Amino acid sequence: MRHVLEVDALSVRFGRTTVLRDLSFAVAAGESLAIIGPNGSGKTVLFKALIGCVPYEGVVRWAPETRIGYVPQKLDIERDLPVTGIDFLGAKAAVTHVSKREVGRVLGLAGLAADLAGKPIGALSGGQFQRLLLAFALMGNPTVLLFDEPTAGVDEPGEEGLYAMIRRVQEAEGLTLLLISHELSLVYRYATAVLCLGRRGSCYGPPVEVLTPERLQEMYGTPMRFHLHDGGVA
Amino acid sequence: MTVASLSAVVLPLGMAAAAGLIGCFAVMRRMALASDAMAHVALPGIGLALALQLNPVLGGLAALLVGTVLVWALEHKTRIPTEAVIGVVFSAALAIGSMLTSGEELIEALFGAPGPVGGGETALGLAAIVFVIAFVLKAKSRLVIALISPDMARTAGVDVARLDLLFLLAFALTVALGLRYLGVLLMGSLIIIPAATARQLAGGFNGMLVIAVLLASASTVVGFYGGPVLRVGPGPLTIAAAAGFFFLSLVKRRA
Repeated sequence: MRHVLEVDALSVRFGRTTVLRDLSFAVAAGESLAIIGPNGSGKTVLFKALIGCVPYEGVVRWAPETRIGYVPQKLDIERDLPVTGIDFLGAKAAVTHVSKREVGRVLGLAGLAADLAGKPIGALSGGQFQRLLLAFALMGNPTVLLFDEPTAGVDEPGEEGLYAMIRRVQEAEGLTLLLISHELSLVYRYATAVLCLGRRGSCYGPPVEVLTPERLQEMYGTPMRFHLHDGGVA
Repeated sequence: MTVASLSAVVLPLGMAAAAGLIGCFAVMRRMALASDAMAHVALPGIGLALALQLNPVLGGLAALLVGTVLVWALEHKTRIPTEAVIGVVFSAALAIGSMLTSGEELIEALFGAPGPVGGGETALGLAAIVFVIAFVLKAKSRLVIALISPDMARTAGVDVARLDLLFLLAFALTVALGLRYLGVLLMGSLIIIPAATARQLAGGFNGMLVIAVLLASASTVVGFYGGPVLRVGPGPLTIAAAAGFFFLSLVKRRA
């Protein structure tokens, strides 16, 4: 299978602190790679290195013609910023020279109602704002979607909805998906590969191999149990 | 139209329009206090130019451009917080500047002293106005995205560091446009206050730009035409009018 992304011996350092050390993995086209790990293990920093926003050592090689859509974890937005969702999406349409009609299409894909998109972005709920960011990332037909913490800041009843939506968008658009998540049960169900970042090292493989109680205890430093949604306990 | 009438009408209004536009992004980038401090860096340049018998506005502009590039470089190349850099560098500039300038000249540099403007300065002013307005209108989409998330802007193909530098240069040019009329202390206010008011009133982003330009222009007209009538300086009256609009907008928002 063709690789969309190859990462070889990637390290990221901030001053004397090493955040990522000697990381290597590859992502095939159409795959869903879940990135898990305890807080502070460098998941978000990995994304920032992949999109070239932090300096790194090693190799990050994207396949030619790759277009990246990036949905960040959380943004520090002022409540009364007079920028609407439509303003934000329209700005991307202008910058990337795509038709304004694209705005309607990506809003539909992300499941955000047009009247909500017309509100100032500070007035949106956490889940609505995340859908707006997803719509922004989907504009211009990306081939790869990087999604940081899809469930952070979303109310409990909305969680499954957002995951189901990401799956639907992935299938509709034929996307390769890189997903940072804390929801191990959802990772188990949806991911085709898992990259677990731990304080002492990392491991990479299919969910059944990485998401074992022994492995997780080793990576997280505490016993981790997670509930499968069909009632089983791993 | 004669050169004199050009400089008397077009320069102040162009300055107001540039201030309103640049101010919108300064306010949204939470630069309200920083931009006041940044304007102070012009003072040592003015003082030096006066000592060397050069055009004070050119001296102020040179100092602003040096200060701007310094801020940008420190922000992008080091991990020192920008607020700290601005606080130290520009307060120092104000202190050094007030030692270089004295008496009447210091008052004029701080609060502005409108008078006849020469042909060369008018031409330079018009060029700066065209540059600032064209830059904001052309770059506004990139500026909005970078404002919300620099990382998302990068994935959309925006060169964020370059955009930041161009924004700061446009900001410095806007301050320089106001040195003659409003002075070092008041020009920062013409950039910030109309934009802060527009932010209260606007429902969307383009609305904010339009309202900020209208308010900055209206304040300037009040100051420049009302000043001689009320026998007060046009600069202080301009800013008083801008602040008046701001407080009115609070009432409107409550309503």
